[in-house]
Amino acid sequence: MKPYFSVIKLRLLYGLQYRGAAFAGVATQFFWGFMYIMIFEAFYSHTHTEPPMTLNELVAYVWLQQAFLTLMALWFSDNEIFDLITKGNIAYELCRPCELYGLWYAKLLAQRLAAALLRSFPILIIAFLLPQPYRMMLPPSLTTFLFFLIALVLGLLILVSISMFIYISVFITMSPTGSLLMLGVVGEFFAGLILPIPLMPSWMQVLASCLPFRWTMDFPFRVYSGQIPEDQAWIGLVVQLVWLVVLVILGRFCLRKALGKVVVQGG
Amino acid sequence: MISVQGLNKSFKVARRSSGLRQATKALFHRDYQTVHALSDISFSIQPGEIVGYIGPNGAGKSTTIKVMSGILVPDSGSCEIMGYTPWKDRARYVKNIGVVFGQRSQLWWDVPVIDSFELLRDIYKVSPSEYKANLSLLVETLQLSDLLHTPVRQLSLGQRMRCEIAASLLHSPTLLFLDEPTIGLDAVSKLAVRQFIKTYNNERNLTVILTTHDMNDIEALAERLILIGKGHILFDGRLKALREKFGAHKTLTIDYKESASNIDIIGTTILSQTGQRAVLGVDTKQINVSEVIGKLSEQLELSDVSVEAQPIEELIVQLYQEYEL
Repeated sequence: MKPYFSVIKLRLLYGLQYRGAAFAGVATQFFWGFMYIMIFEAFYSHTHTEPPMTLNELVAYVWLQQAFLTLMALWFSDNEIFDLITKGNIAYELCRPCELYGLWYAKLLAQRLAAALLRSFPILIIAFLLPQPYRMMLPPSLTTFLFFLIALVLGLLILVSISMFIYISVFITMSPTGSLLMLGVVGEFFAGLILPIPLMPSWMQVLASCLPFRWTMDFPFRVYSGQIPEDQAWIGLVVQLVWLVVLVILGRFCLRKALGKVVVQGG
Repeated sequence: MISVQGLNKSFKVARRSSGLRQATKALFHRDYQTVHALSDISFSIQPGEIVGYIGPNGAGKSTTIKVMSGILVPDSGSCEIMGYTPWKDRARYVKNIGVVFGQRSQLWWDVPVIDSFELLRDIYKVSPSEYKANLSLLVETLQLSDLLHTPVRQLSLGQRMRCEIAASLLHSPTLLFLDEPTIGLDAVSKLAVRQFIKTYNNERNLTVILTTHDMNDIEALAERLILIGKGHILFDGRLKALREKFGAHKTLTIDYKESASNIDIIGTTILSQTGQRAVLGVDTKQINVSEVIGKLSEQLELSDVSVEAQPIEELIVQLYQEYEL
């Protein structure tokens, strides 16, 4: 495992260099956060039926989304890996005594972690200090918080294994644009990034539950606010684990198939 | 150590002519052409050899290197290196080899060189003592001490190439592939790289396979060379043998007192002639250089004579022409 940890370490140090990008990211995330909360607040003040999520739970959901966006957004990708494939530098990656899947998994994981480390803390700290109704709530109990942490880590691991398919597809398409756009739009919608899953019509909720995307961020963020109670949360953790195993096995299989036919571009 | 038998590899290349109409047509139907990058390549290499692998652009040099380093899977043929088949036992096999692709970089662009080295140490699971010994040897012989703590993006090409070579030797491989290691380097850097390869080969009995377009690399390093063209092996043997086979020509330049007499000696061709100077090509299979000089001095009043062997570049060009590459 040591090689993979070293890759994570170096990629983390690499990512922490980009402070300017992080600062811009924080500003953008605040803009989006306020905008979402204002829209939902307007809807909530005119509704006559009991909404499936309280405004407080929703505000926590939105701020967590904004704080951990780089952990969970499919469009946040590593252009270096795309270049490796399309320009031929993959030649070097293939003469290392490591499995390529693990090597790339480590890189992608570290890149997201580095970006999130720089962004999440400022956003969360300020979100806790905001006036109502924008203020972020604390989790109802310590165990809920622990459940949330585990769910967040598993969600991140699932997301990286989903994003791996985008990179594998580039072996065939030679351009990341198509798969990034398609998987990005579908994945982020069904992960609840545009509309939280509980606010979707019920048939769409069923569909979302059958796909892996909702287990990346919708699930952990609802565990945080207690919207998903603890006795249901641990079932969710099992589902997350199953998805993770399935996606990693499938991804490794696809990558092996793609490598059998690999062409090193550019001589 | 290395035995390659009947290696074949072909690529499918999409082709179309220029223009909007052709581009539109290509949306619906694409024409592919099969390019045979390697056809029936066979050779074997002993431990400690330095082999120059040469050929014109697109001859299949890099493809061979990539097959031998486990990156590409050939269509057919076998290749056994140190008891492994590279593309089948990739992960176990590549621990024993080092690879440098002159046109690519294996160092992380935005961090100091030493960070990349330490990552490679962990990836190859090099023990701390071995790493330390290798690093200090490489730093000393390649003069890297000032470069180790500089970000890679701020290194010059020559500096970077020295670091690249060091990076591929940190895990003490027994076989080193160098794919155009001197591309784009100035004369001083080229000499440094050559000198290093030579010493390292001597000290560690490292087997080196080198592709290059710079014939001076070959002359300085390789005892044996393999010439490949259009995917076929055209020549495999010692540089000397190549010279004997194709390099039987010498160039003779003479200066003389103005004279009207014609130079006409069997076995020579006049490459250029002015009133006081002539350049002759001598085919040593037909006539000795000393005989030519003797005959010339009978006819002319010579003031200066110089003899040169045919440079190896010209030899290769001649070879290419002979095989119609």
